[in-house]
Amino acid sequence: MLITIFTIWQREIIRYGRDKTRIVATFVQPLMFLAIFGTGLRQTLATGDFGLDFLQFMYPGIIAMSVMGVAFFSTISTVWDREFGFLKEILVAPVRRSAIVLGKVFGAASLAAFQALILLGLSPLIGVKIQLLALPGLLFFMILIGLAIAALGLLIASLMKTTESFGLIMQILIFPMFFMSGAFFPLNSAPIWMRTLSGFNPLSYGVDALRQILLANQATPAILDKFTLHSPIMNAAFLLAFSSLAVSAAILAFNKKA
Amino acid sequence: MDIIRVENLTKKFKNFTAVDNINFTVRPGEIFGFLGPNGAGKSTTISLLTTLLQPTGGRAWVKSFDVVSDRDAVRQNIGLVFQDPSLDERLTAEENLRFHARLYRVPAAAYPARLEEVLRLVDLWDRQKNLVKTFSGGMKRRLEIARGLIHYPAVLFLDEPTLGLDPQTRTNLWDYILKLKREKNMTIFMTTHYLNEAEYCDRIAIIDRGRITALDTPANLKKALGGDVITLQSVQAARLIAEIREKFQLAAEEKNGEILLKITAGEKFLPRLLARLHTEISAVTLRKPTLDDVFLNLTGRQIREENASPKDRLRAHNRMRGPK
Repeated sequence: MLITIFTIWQREIIRYGRDKTRIVATFVQPLMFLAIFGTGLRQTLATGDFGLDFLQFMYPGIIAMSVMGVAFFSTISTVWDREFGFLKEILVAPVRRSAIVLGKVFGAASLAAFQALILLGLSPLIGVKIQLLALPGLLFFMILIGLAIAALGLLIASLMKTTESFGLIMQILIFPMFFMSGAFFPLNSAPIWMRTLSGFNPLSYGVDALRQILLANQATPAILDKFTLHSPIMNAAFLLAFSSLAVSAAILAFNKKA
Repeated sequence: MDIIRVENLTKKFKNFTAVDNINFTVRPGEIFGFLGPNGAGKSTTISLLTTLLQPTGGRAWVKSFDVVSDRDAVRQNIGLVFQDPSLDERLTAEENLRFHARLYRVPAAAYPARLEEVLRLVDLWDRQKNLVKTFSGGMKRRLEIARGLIHYPAVLFLDEPTLGLDPQTRTNLWDYILKLKREKNMTIFMTTHYLNEAEYCDRIAIIDRGRITALDTPANLKKALGGDVITLQSVQAARLIAEIREKFQLAAEEKNGEILLKITAGEKFLPRLLARLHTEISAVTLRKPTLDDVFLNLTGRQIREENASPKDRLRAHNRMRGPK
């Protein structure tokens, strides 16, 4: 079981390493986000009563968004495998479907966390100081967000027959998930319907947790409290529960469909 | 002991019966062929035997493991080369094999020797570090065969192994398949709709509309036809048939606008036939029976390679995709 998970995981990593476009995108995309959101939106959106630089406020959200983008995009490999016939080779092997799903999910989550680490390296540009002690917590939540999104992506991928339909569903999901994640504006002050919806959005828990850990040094607890929704433990619990649910559903879908 | 045993196997899709109550056994070390036109149920049978589909009725065993209740044991004991390409083209040949070996639990210590063994068998040893996307259609096929062997299966399933390959590559591939039988005593179950390829099989089952209509060695199947076939063309077909009956006491029959006459030692009979007939004949051929005749005799139709369905042409195209 472990060897199978590792083998499937390793293939995802090797394929990523061979894809120059994806590697370049991994480095360029975060820079682009920071440039656009940071310099552009800082002037228009920051109203000044944050008690905190807007770029710093958004930084955790941008990390979470990158994780989401990469995790979703990486699960497309399952649809490609189906289209190019390789999925058959995996499915006829004497291995558990759950091992296949876990290998794929871990693969996508690893790549997503890797992307987030690169973004973390940009923190000096934003003026955010990260303490060494905060790193394990940050990495933990990056992986958790990656897992939750990858599991959701894989569930969708296992239901989709073509890359086109997968892409379409992704498009429909990504934007509401991002805008209702608390990355742009604090959800505390958002209308009740949006707060309700974001209660189902794994990204909002991820952003919430990352922000608390990342900005612990930048803002006073009083200011941080204004944005905070849940305790980190609560956030972790939701993300874990969401991941397990989505993974279980993906395994079921794999058993049925594939 | 039989290595594959099939009893009353049936597969229905909604209103369509793809495999209809078939029975057969495959012996160790033989090449067993399923011959039939497109849509006859060949691939469905392979899918049932390789646990990719669940039968609607009947049972089947591979190496005495039940294909329904002992799925993983069956999977561990078979090698499968699909009709459509199934390699990861972004990985190297070696990486594709390593992936497969790990999934089939080939011991890590045994892997290097096995890798060399199977890659040398298909002459790809010196290409192991190359990305699969640089391979030609024939090389990919060979690599898939090597992959299907690396976990030492009891049976190798080949679903239309030469579909979409050019004639030279096809012959070439058969050299490898026969080598496999010769050197490894591998049991091979294959499907084909190429008649000349069925000749390589030790035994063939002719399948049409989901049913097995005959099962024997190619030689016996042809022998059962009752000798050579003389084909005559004439504008006065009915009169010709009557004349043949009258002068030789032989029953000729008309099929697809041609008059067929079955006779042993046709090359000796033909001169006598032509010397004594008065009805005008526009063309004559003498043929030793082929499996096409066998199929025609059993089903009233011919298997023609050129009647490839659009789907097959697309498959062939996909198979050839990539640099030569």
